[in-house]
Amino acid sequence: MDQVMLKGNEAIGEAALRAGCRYYFGYPITPQSELMEYLARRLPEVGGTFLQAESELAAVNMVYGAAGAGGRAMTSSSGPGISLKQEGISFLASAELPCVIVNVMRGGPGLGTIQPSQGDYTQATRGGGHGDYRLPVLSPVSIQEMVDLVYNSFDMAEQYRTPVILLTDGVLGQMMEPVLLPEEITHEYMKPWITDGCQHRPRRLIKTLYLDSGELESHNLHLQAKFKRLSAKEVRFEGYHLEDAEVLIIAFGICARVGRTAVDHLREKGLRVGLFRPVTLWPFPSASLKEAAERVRHLVTVEMNAGQMLEDVRLALPGREIGFYGRMGGIVVSALEIEVEIMRIMGGNGG
Amino acid sequence: MIKPLLVRPKILTPVRFHYCPGCGHGVAHRLVAEVIDELGLREKTVGVASVGCSILIYNYLDLDIQEAAHGRAPAVATGIKRVLPDRFVFTYQGDGDLASIGLAEIVHAAGRGENFTVIFINNANYGMTGGQMAPTTLPGQKTTTSPKGRDVGQAGYPLKMAEILAVLDGPSYITRVAIHNPGAVIKAKKSIRKAFQCQKLGLGFSMVEILAACPTNWGMEPLTALQWLEKEMIKYYPLGVFKDTEMMAPSAAL
Repeated sequence: MDQVMLKGNEAIGEAALRAGCRYYFGYPITPQSELMEYLARRLPEVGGTFLQAESELAAVNMVYGAAGAGGRAMTSSSGPGISLKQEGISFLASAELPCVIVNVMRGGPGLGTIQPSQGDYTQATRGGGHGDYRLPVLSPVSIQEMVDLVYNSFDMAEQYRTPVILLTDGVLGQMMEPVLLPEEITHEYMKPWITDGCQHRPRRLIKTLYLDSGELESHNLHLQAKFKRLSAKEVRFEGYHLEDAEVLIIAFGICARVGRTAVDHLREKGLRVGLFRPVTLWPFPSASLKEAAERVRHLVTVEMNAGQMLEDVRLALPGREIGFYGRMGGIVVSALEIEVEIMRIMGGNGG
Repeated sequence: MIKPLLVRPKILTPVRFHYCPGCGHGVAHRLVAEVIDELGLREKTVGVASVGCSILIYNYLDLDIQEAAHGRAPAVATGIKRVLPDRFVFTYQGDGDLASIGLAEIVHAAGRGENFTVIFINNANYGMTGGQMAPTTLPGQKTTTSPKGRDVGQAGYPLKMAEILAVLDGPSYITRVAIHNPGAVIKAKKSIRKAFQCQKLGLGFSMVEILAACPTNWGMEPLTALQWLEKEMIKYYPLGVFKDTEMMAPSAAL
């Protein structure tokens, strides 16, 4: 176990390496470039392959080829680049190829800004590309959790044969924290479907084309069954001061981290505030949120977007009134802003 | 002992082609199959099928095959080859796929000198989607999206892919052949064989551009289509070897 000081983007790279990832294909974009720069240096040291692709499209399709050939592969990007990857991600999801895709979110739409945001929540949690599919989406709150979730991502990807999205943002990507790095956690999964030359066995195909509608529907139903299995088994969340909370802040990623500070400050003032943080944005921890929300009077979702997760919260809590506080454009929500909002909700008598 | 002159290639599955009468894919598939058989590469090969009429190549070749998104076959092949450098990897792409939507992927794979082989079928239009104009459609050629014939003032000039890629340092072997008569077919097979051998020797990217007919979308009978290919297409797309570094390589002595 090594304790080191690492930048978020580099920590993802190092964790991927230690999770057995040996193939990285990517294209530079702020604020995630340090991830590929790190792997450009590290992967050759462990006999892996780093390749800077000509585009995001090429990068994600190289991942497709590498994953189909049995390699543990990863790509990463930020907003505009992730949009370009969506074609490939839809193909990966249909072909059931395991890989990890990192999105270090920046402000959008369009080129937007290189500052952090959470504006890609909907894109990530609804599949993002064409057709009916979902992907596991994991959202860390610290560099340490980033590392831990990278290990989980590779496992989940191979266990379920699916691309997995690690959805983080420019703050976590760029900040530095001490992290504990396990030596190496590599689980080997049987891959009786890879295409590596059909020696002593019948040929295999990796494909997404189903010209027969019945066949395609069967394939879609098969994928949906997998998503259902995932939804049942892989839901994760974290609660903070849920036991006696009168007001519940619901936030993910960097907003949850800021929200935790706001909870601490408000608790010091004697206000019973708690925090609910989905770790898996898909599958969304609806049942756990419902349970946590039962005892609270006020609910407020805090996000760095216009209220994208709010829709999932509403689906989880039908009939409940849910407040929303959000910033966009690359502006990071501050603890003070959250505290003022909570006190307003509670009638301004927080003192 | 009686030796058969012609046998069905082992890796060609006993399935009837879905291609239109006179289409070049059947011939090209067979040539690829024969060469892989002859070089004994079946169990070391991973093919990449691209979007277009030929996407169903995996119905006909008894090989491990990955299907790629439109134009992205060279990127997929890059991923495969980087994981399995000792396997034999080839893409099979049409002109809409390779010269239009996948132009970046093919140019950069060639530029990187990726050690795989590209079989590029140029039939001067988009076959699968119903005969629209392709980057390879000849000036004046009528298609469903150039109904009065390709107007170069409006739609620009065709892309000559073999020539374009041959100026790069990455490729080892770039050639253009046709399959409009038996002699040409034999030459085409030799070129495919050579391209595969370049990969075997680790010389880098190799591509065989094959001029092929698309009678249905050209609105011609199969024979007329072959004549048009010979008269018009070859005039615009000259046959020949545009790059060949095999002779210069030290391993060529093997």
